[in-house]
Amino acid sequence: MDTLQLISEGLQRGEHENVAELTRKAIDEGLPATRILNDGLLAGMEVVGRRFGAHEIFLPEVLLSARAMNAGIEPLKPLLIAEDVPSLGKVVVGTVKGDLHDIGKNLVGIMLKGAGYEVVDIGADVAPEVFVDTAEAEGANVVGLSALLTTTMMGMKNVVEIVKERGLQDKIKVIVGGAPVSQEFADEIGADAYGYDAGNAVEIVKGLMA
Amino acid sequence: MTTVLDRLGSGDVLCGDGAWGTQLMARGLAPGECPESIILESPEVLAEIAKLYLDAGADLITTNTFGGSPLNLRAHGLEDRTEEVNRRAVEVLAQAVGERAYVSASVGPTGKILAPYGDTEPEIVADAFGSQIGALIAAGADIICIETMIDLREAELAVRAARAVSTDIPVIATMTFESTPRGFFTPMGTTVDQACRSLVGAGADIVGSNCGNGIEKMVEIAREFTSHTSVPVIIQSNAGLPENRGGELVYPESPEFMAERVGSLVELGVRIIGGCCGTTPEHIRAIRDAIDESRHE
Repeated sequence: MDTLQLISEGLQRGEHENVAELTRKAIDEGLPATRILNDGLLAGMEVVGRRFGAHEIFLPEVLLSARAMNAGIEPLKPLLIAEDVPSLGKVVVGTVKGDLHDIGKNLVGIMLKGAGYEVVDIGADVAPEVFVDTAEAEGANVVGLSALLTTTMMGMKNVVEIVKERGLQDKIKVIVGGAPVSQEFADEIGADAYGYDAGNAVEIVKGLMA
Repeated sequence: MTTVLDRLGSGDVLCGDGAWGTQLMARGLAPGECPESIILESPEVLAEIAKLYLDAGADLITTNTFGGSPLNLRAHGLEDRTEEVNRRAVEVLAQAVGERAYVSASVGPTGKILAPYGDTEPEIVADAFGSQIGALIAAGADIICIETMIDLREAELAVRAARAVSTDIPVIATMTFESTPRGFFTPMGTTVDQACRSLVGAGADIVGSNCGNGIEKMVEIAREFTSHTSVPVIIQSNAGLPENRGGELVYPESPEFMAERVGSLVELGVRIIGGCCGTTPEHIRAIRDAIDESRHE
């Protein structure tokens, strides 16, 4: 079996040390960094995302695979920069004002990083303007808003409004998620998209960047 | 007062209380404010809500300590007051309910993900539960109610922490399940069968499910619980999942809708039936009446 296939399978099993070692081996074999990333690491993560969506595996397995993904990305980073590989895109993630629940947001960040996106995590209890300020300063394409409380999710609307006020709606897409959030709610506040779980969030971001 | 386990042993079906968060918000708790801070700042509000649920017919009244572990309180700068927060919460309710109901002390998840999946070592979480539950039991809680758990290991740590403090305090442990095409799982992948075995193995006296579902799914979950364990089962259902109606979030299930399914729960052998998010004193009154009716048929 070739090294890329082994990387993909190791990643699916969540073996971070093995994946790091295999990635270094692939580099030594002279494979281009983009191939190692796309056909090894990302190929594995895609299977993980699909199995998570089908409820064949659950968060623990996904978290271990994401850790393996990061372990594999580490030795690749300098090469990706040297090969001048453009980033897939940058996403700002945070939990909205008044809400301290960060597990959902963290999972989305982990999954997005796992899928190869740059992630700027601005934490919990974030004011609406900070989402937009950060996205502008970082040149991010997407902001991801999380809320667990029915009382705080209404604050998501403020972020959408600020993006519009500043005329940034073509540059910065707003994606929302969290236990009480729904597609219907996303439509009503004018968000660009809704992700029903961390795996779905990755699919949605892919769609928005396309 | 006979213990809750004596009552269940004699064949009674008991009624839990309903949601506290919405009641607190209706009385001025702001979004993002620490719900446990009410214990220190306006305990009279807690006594007022307790009375609503008592009058509705609840046999168990829940303390406002869901986020009362030092790991949760840290986010609000109240970590150093863990003992006081939890002790006062029990004292206030004990005084409010007297002999009319059991004080059921709520213990929710710490919000941390355990290693190796997350960055928090199990010992840290065990210590946090130890501080919180130690204070709750020392203050005279009648029941420890570990709830809304999605990670079986964390739930077990909480149950063991309670057992380490007291061998005889009644311990309830409930988890939150998602309905998938492959059956019910917690987001961490725990099945009802696994939950029963591990929670009872860790020392829980009463097991079941709360939150995450409306009453119809809860009947299905209850069926799994009663087929997998012989210990008493508790079900505390949401009033459905929140729906957005014209910018306002509404829990769709009416007291009548929920009460109509109580008979099925009793028939399955569920021994404590109460409410979770979105339920009100009116829901609890309807559930109470439905329990009493089902017992007289």
